Amino acid sequence: MSKKPIAKKTTARKPAGRPRKPKVDSWKRADGRAFDELRTLKIESGVLPNADGSAYIEMGRNKILAGVFGPREMHPKHNAKPNEAVLRCRYHMAPFSVDPRRSPAPSRRDQEISMVMRSALEPAVFLERYPRASIDVYIEVLEADGGTRCASINAAAVALVDAGIPMRDLVAACAVGKIEDKLILDLGDYEDKKGQSDMPVAYMPKLGKVTLLQMDGEMTPEEAESALNLAIEGCKKVYEVQREALKKKYGIDQPQDKPQDLPPAEPEEEPKKEEES
Amino acid sequence: MSANFQDRDLVLPGDVLFDGRIRTGENTYRSQEKVYATRLGLVNYSPDNVSVTALSTGYVPLVGDVVIGEVVDMDLGEWRIDIGAQDQAVMGIPDAVDRPFRTDYVMTRVLDIGDTLIAKIVDFDRRRTPVLSILGPGLGKVYDGFIVHITPSKIPRLIGKKGSMINMIIKETGCRVAIGQNGRVLISGPNREREAMVVKVINKIELEAHTSGLTNRTQEFLRKLKEISK
Repeated sequence: MSKKPIAKKTTARKPAGRPRKPKVDSWKRADGRAFDELRTLKIESGVLPNADGSAYIEMGRNKILAGVFGPREMHPKHNAKPNEAVLRCRYHMAPFSVDPRRSPAPSRRDQEISMVMRSALEPAVFLERYPRASIDVYIEVLEADGGTRCASINAAAVALVDAGIPMRDLVAACAVGKIEDKLILDLGDYEDKKGQSDMPVAYMPKLGKVTLLQMDGEMTPEEAESALNLAIEGCKKVYEVQREALKKKYGIDQPQDKPQDLPPAEPEEEPKKEEES
Repeated sequence: MSANFQDRDLVLPGDVLFDGRIRTGENTYRSQEKVYATRLGLVNYSPDNVSVTALSTGYVPLVGDVVIGEVVDMDLGEWRIDIGAQDQAVMGIPDAVDRPFRTDYVMTRVLDIGDTLIAKIVDFDRRRTPVLSILGPGLGKVYDGFIVHITPSKIPRLIGKKGSMINMIIKETGCRVAIGQNGRVLISGPNREREAMVVKVINKIELEAHTSGLTNRTQEFLRKLKEISK
């Protein structure tokens, strides 16, 4: 009964009480982030007891599980290489990961991302140490919010280290894009769809090598160059979180006296979270 | 020429462990006068060598290792055995039975699919599958007990110096414990509580394998467990 007049009142008052238009120079993104700010990032390693190595990542609203098996015997055997191991990736989105629900059957896009992930991770793994073997990486996207291929690569790299597979370096990935003629880091779903351009980059931070570079949309050569530099900065930030995730599993360096309770790891984690959110 | 970490620091793949010329040990590689880590682990510096003790690895067979495996398949004259390595191991009849071979031999009387066994690796090189044998003391088919898995790289910690850790556990709990170098530990004891105790201790050792003074702490831990169960 009393609701209607209130609603009328607010609509009547709206022109006066409207929030001011944002200033042009303090341009912010749809979700309020600065142009070079990552989404909240959380990585956990060793979450699946039956996998040789595993990781769980939350990058914004992305929720992704990665499991690594191997090195193990390749089946079917004719796919094995006599001189090195074969890295096999399977990227899969759960039917409930997107709205509207999607078919669980592997799509063309799934195949592309599986292939792209494989070629992004391959340079980091010592495949030649395991001839005739296969190393299998399974990625399951539980919730998707743009930039799943980058988040998947981040999780897969942590899972590979957790599985004890010898690696040259970790692989960190991050997308960069263009919206309203401005470069932005780590695109969310909205920016991915409405933006003018999208460029996922995977990078080995300690070796300083790019292992994945794709691009959608349009950028000038100058823009593309500064975009790449921005993406590399983003990858370095992601790399720090990956390191923390792996160290956390072993209680950070040496708990000499009371290693059973792990809280010393937490205070170091807390400020990091605040910084990024 | 400098070390970039403290001895026994936790390092990750890609970390530069050393600048300059030095011999590279386990889990490291050299590239352009720098030594990098390849696995997550603890770095060890010695005057002429840098190595990393990995905290998580797969099992790489070695001739002479005692392993615990399960028969997964049988062929004419050989068993195929899963030992948790990259490839399945094989064992022929001469490695399983110390008697002259007869053509009417029934292989399933010795080992059937699904059986667990303790065996020794008698042959392996990186090109071929590991070959096992159950001829020897302490080897053969397993009839009772259950298996706990730990990372193979932590087996030396579980055994301790000259078996100090494992002998202490056996003495304190009264259980029979057989350790396979492939990260499988076979436990059988007089009762459920004693067996559960061993499992708890093994989990503790796996968690704290990279800390020092572990044997003494484990002994205290075991005594506490015993008091609680009394």
